[in-house]
Amino acid sequence: MTVPHSTPYSTPHSTRFPTGGTAETADSADSAGGTGGFGSAAEAAGRATAAILADFAGGGHRGVIVDSPPGAGKSTLVVTSTLELAGAGERLMIVAQTNEQVDDLADKIAMRNPALTVGRLHKDGFQVPERVVRHPGVTASKKIDDVASCAVVLATADKWAYVSGHTWKWAIIDEAYQMRSDKLLAIAALFEQALFVGDPGQLDPFSVVDTERWAGLAWDPMQSAVAVSARLNDLPVHRLPVSWRLPASAAPLISEAFYPFTPFRSGTAHGDRSLEFTAAGFPASWDGTLDEAAATGWALHELPSRHTIRTDADAVQACAALATRLLRRGPVAHDEHGSHVVDATRIAIGAAHNDQVAAIRAAGVPPGVTVDTANRLQGREYDVTIVLHPLSGRRDATAFHLESGRLCVLTSRHRHACVVVARAGIPELLDAHPSTGRVRLNVPVKFPDGWEANHAVLAHLAAHRVPG
Amino acid sequence: MNSPNHRLDALRGGVAPVDHNARTIAALAGNPGCDRRAVLDAAGIHKQSIAVHLGHPAPFGQSPFALDRARAFEELVKADGCAHLVRLLRETLGLSVPEVAYTDIADVGGNTAHQLRHTRTLAELRRAAEDGERSGTLFDHPLLKLPVAGHEVYLEPSVIAFQIRGRFHIVEIKSFAVIDGTADSGQVAAASRLSAVYVYALKALFRAEGIDPDRVSHEVVLVCPKDFANHPTATLLDVRQQLASLNRQLSRLTRIDRILDHLPPELTFSLEQSPAELARAIRTVEARYAPECLSACEMAYFCRADARVCGSVDVLGRATRDELGGLESIDAVLDLTAGDRLTSPEQAEIADQLRYVRAVYREHASAGAEAVA
Amino acid sequence: MVFIPLKLAGEAAAPLGAMVGTDPAEPHLLVVPQPRNRDLRFAFMSELAQIMLPYIEGFATAKETVSGRNERERYLDAPQVIVPGRRGVEFVRLLGRSTRFRRSDGPYPVDPSVPVLGQWLTFLYERGELAGSSALLAMTDALSLHWATGQSPMEDANLATLLAWISPPPGLTGQEAAAAAENPIDRPPAGPDTDPGFDAQVLQPAIRAYDASGSPALVRQALRTQLEPTWRLMWEAVDLMRALPEAASVAERWAIDRDQYTREVTRLAEGGPPRGRRDQAGPAAIRLWDMEGAQQSYDAQRAYDDPLVMTEHRAAGKAFTGEAVHVDADRKILLPGGKKPVPRPLVTVRTSDPVRLTPGKRVFSVHRRRQSGEIVEIDGDLIVVQLNDQLAKGAGVPTPGDAVCFTELDLGGRIRPGFPTGEETPWTHGGPPAAYVPTDEDAVEAWS
Repeated sequence: MTVPHSTPYSTPHSTRFPTGGTAETADSADSAGGTGGFGSAAEAAGRATAAILADFAGGGHRGVIVDSPPGAGKSTLVVTSTLELAGAGERLMIVAQTNEQVDDLADKIAMRNPALTVGRLHKDGFQVPERVVRHPGVTASKKIDDVASCAVVLATADKWAYVSGHTWKWAIIDEAYQMRSDKLLAIAALFEQALFVGDPGQLDPFSVVDTERWAGLAWDPMQSAVAVSARLNDLPVHRLPVSWRLPASAAPLISEAFYPFTPFRSGTAHGDRSLEFTAAGFPASWDGTLDEAAATGWALHELPSRHTIRTDADAVQACAALATRLLRRGPVAHDEHGSHVVDATRIAIGAAHNDQVAAIRAAGVPPGVTVDTANRLQGREYDVTIVLHPLSGRRDATAFHLESGRLCVLTSRHRHACVVVARAGIPELLDAHPSTGRVRLNVPVKFPDGWEANHAVLAHLAAHRVPG
Repeated sequence: MNSPNHRLDALRGGVAPVDHNARTIAALAGNPGCDRRAVLDAAGIHKQSIAVHLGHPAPFGQSPFALDRARAFEELVKADGCAHLVRLLRETLGLSVPEVAYTDIADVGGNTAHQLRHTRTLAELRRAAEDGERSGTLFDHPLLKLPVAGHEVYLEPSVIAFQIRGRFHIVEIKSFAVIDGTADSGQVAAASRLSAVYVYALKALFRAEGIDPDRVSHEVVLVCPKDFANHPTATLLDVRQQLASLNRQLSRLTRIDRILDHLPPELTFSLEQSPAELARAIRTVEARYAPECLSACEMAYFCRADARVCGSVDVLGRATRDELGGLESIDAVLDLTAGDRLTSPEQAEIADQLRYVRAVYREHASAGAEAVA
Repeated sequence: MVFIPLKLAGEAAAPLGAMVGTDPAEPHLLVVPQPRNRDLRFAFMSELAQIMLPYIEGFATAKETVSGRNERERYLDAPQVIVPGRRGVEFVRLLGRSTRFRRSDGPYPVDPSVPVLGQWLTFLYERGELAGSSALLAMTDALSLHWATGQSPMEDANLATLLAWISPPPGLTGQEAAAAAENPIDRPPAGPDTDPGFDAQVLQPAIRAYDASGSPALVRQALRTQLEPTWRLMWEAVDLMRALPEAASVAERWAIDRDQYTREVTRLAEGGPPRGRRDQAGPAAIRLWDMEGAQQSYDAQRAYDDPLVMTEHRAAGKAFTGEAVHVDADRKILLPGGKKPVPRPLVTVRTSDPVRLTPGKRVFSVHRRRQSGEIVEIDGDLIVVQLNDQLAKGAGVPTPGDAVCFTELDLGGRIRPGFPTGEETPWTHGGPPAAYVPTDEDAVEAWS
């Protein structure tokens, strides 16, 4: 059944999808207490996956949407669905947004079923990494004809846009909230049915040109692939209800601040995870911040209030030094799978702008530590993250700085702890922020509002403040 | 210490306060960081009179053609017991409104006193709310009341419609055109902020009357001319974000005493002083000027003149100011660029950047001069 | 052609008058003496068409043949319309929208030239949306690309104050001249909105006089006072712009404008229908692609052409200039999967720029356009770049001592992927839409 135009009414819980029912696949009222919570969370997640597969493979709908909060097992779902369909003899195509995402999925699928033929389609000149081509079942090529016969073919949306002359019955579209509607249009002729998987709380697609011309159209090319399909079709929406990444200290805040109408919870309980420092060494001024983060899962490393340029040397230095000191203290993480040493590859530093990233790298970060912008950290996971707050040192907040998706990405990459580095004064800056944004007719209102989300996160961090 | 209200009365210099209206309440969100504006608004001071006295009037005004057009369009929509409006609610918004009653609240035996109209509005709304789903009703000329900064403010939404799926809706009639389903986003935003004030007031009124405030919809029916004609069309506007912002601004107004505490006790903005004295008095309250103020605040031209005299980087706009990383004055920027000024440690980074850009510019400027020679 | 339209306050697109022409000494003043009268409005549009159409269609004479993969004919020149500011550009869109669906037959016939003008105004507006096009320009935007002032970008959108900063009258500083230029009596708004004071005190009585007497003389006189000062400013600005040297990429960009003009002439000659009200899914996606591509090329071209524009990118760490201190011109490497080694010269550059590019980043040579390379190593102020293409012609490699500049700014030019046509619109985008057919309803759309 298709609904050609959205009705003007939206129900309070489905602000993104004025049409289309929401299939609650799990009871999110379950409380996560102790290992019992862990067990019921696992059951809830299992029920969710089964319901999604039934809906998708059942063929009742041309498309199925799966909203996944951070770390809720999105890639596991993609891999499981792929194996299930391929196991039933179906051919399918998989679309992701970056080469790294495509390679991750190809690697995981080939690892789970080495006998499966997997095609990795890529653009001319791209080097497919060893972790993908090491699998005997994987064929990598820049030409579709070389891989079209594989049971599963994976490529980026950009590469798929240039494929023609082949069709698939099934498509799985990963990170579909980051895929622009026009990119979906370029590939939609290749498949009959699609599973859209993504995180609605992360960054929206953007453009360097003025796109006001299409505002309000149901097929506005600036919307996400999910938004356009859901607006023009009656698609069931499933939600993965449990975050396996975010610890119990983080899930309630992230859920409330960034997913106000679609709450989720942590798969682990307080006490299931802990972070311990095994090397004492000479006490350093960063230790207060790191101790707070290890004890509570959050720390706000607060520098004195001042308006600065974007690459504020003190804040940049603090990010780099906190990462360095963290590694020196020999962090060990204990979680539901056991214990492991937190090495450099399990630590990330996130910032809003490329120049900040470059400055932090230049300030001397231990080898192996990831430093990147929010855009590029989407979909990634670490044990500990250090975040340069987008509003630190700013005098006026812009829409870019306030975008809730940016803060959501930055504060939801961690399994154990997140340290936010910021100049004091952000609450005052938010208070002074003028609400004069433009409003376009027939454009669904986006929630959460960046102001409210920023405010919620700051209010929470205020209890974890350590003067820097 | 005097109560805040006494202080505000003194600031006004004995003149009666100007009444807030929906437009001035909506404007509170325009520049909430500006103490000067916050104090003037809270005291109910007529900002344009102050600006005129200071010699910096704001060139605000509405064309008679625009006013005529707005009046004519509203009359058209409301003609024959809101016949057009009923048709729009049914057709454009696809509502099944079986029978529509029309009540003109202004029609209170020729007596147009505010309190009377408000009381009648209250009574009619209460009756409609208790009546439940049976009738669809349009209330014309309703009058709402909202306490703002210690004063009761009367607010006049265009129309209140009841019984769109069991909820009360504010109807806002505007004369800007909706062409092919789109309209000027600045004007739509202004209409959203304005109608949010009415929604807010109606919800507050319901709460005070013990009626569930959720029976007031956060969706406003915006009625505008369609394309290039006079023919009306309707669109729903979701004003939840504007409501949240309004809520924040109104709660800030009650904290005005924090600013007042820092002001000299004898301070007054009375127009009976000379312009120079008034200017001095105004300057004791800090402004937060940005070029956007020029189209939104009556005081803007005075604030800009002040900012220019001080050589403040505010006159260059928020984006430029932000890039200058905390430097306050244009002279400081130029001195740092030229290297004529000792650099404090906080200024080291911005000074490096400025000097680098200067060096590159000079390199090309001299190359250009050579090419010409 | 300079075009200064005015509209009636409170209306979406009711023209009030305009000053238009190609000769500063000979402005054409057009007025609508009673803007609420639709016949008079269409008479105005028809009069405007008599002036604009000969200008626009007059370039469809001499052609050249463009050879290459896509061989085609192209007119040697094309029309260019300049309005004072962005609001003027938007008004051109609305004038085009309100006239292109009109018909010269049926219930409310208009002069046959009116819908043709509507099509051309729409064409100019849509070209103007693409970065780098000069078909329809806002003068304030054009000036702001070349001059910086001591006021904010918002105030730069006012032609009078912007020009006051750029060329203040003798004896005044830019700031003083700009303050003086804010007075609406001496410097009436550049339109399309008029000054409310003027509306109340001058225009309204003049329109009433027309209603009473049938003579448009007072309205003409009133509008002349509002338009003439802007007309003079516009030509002053044209002179300023003409005195600037032409950038290297201008000819290439103007060729695209000429190409598109040629296509539109052909399309209209074949009876092409007016563009629909809003884009369908496919055309919207294609247009977004084209707009982004144009923006990318334009940003890169500006930086390549103008060292001062490149300065901004250098300061941001996205480009660097310096001296080639070492060149390994004969280096050959075996590419993965390749059979024989291919030339991949290395250039080591010494720079004092704050570079924020990282190894592996694709960069382009500013001096040898369209040559790309990648950063191999960064060590202090030394950056090693491997050149990847444009090597066969021999001249592709710098020699030690050469000044070089590399940047991540890409001139673009990727091939657009295939987007579905209307009837191929997939289910994700709502399926095939009903084909747009201009309707009688469009043609007689009320103009109150």
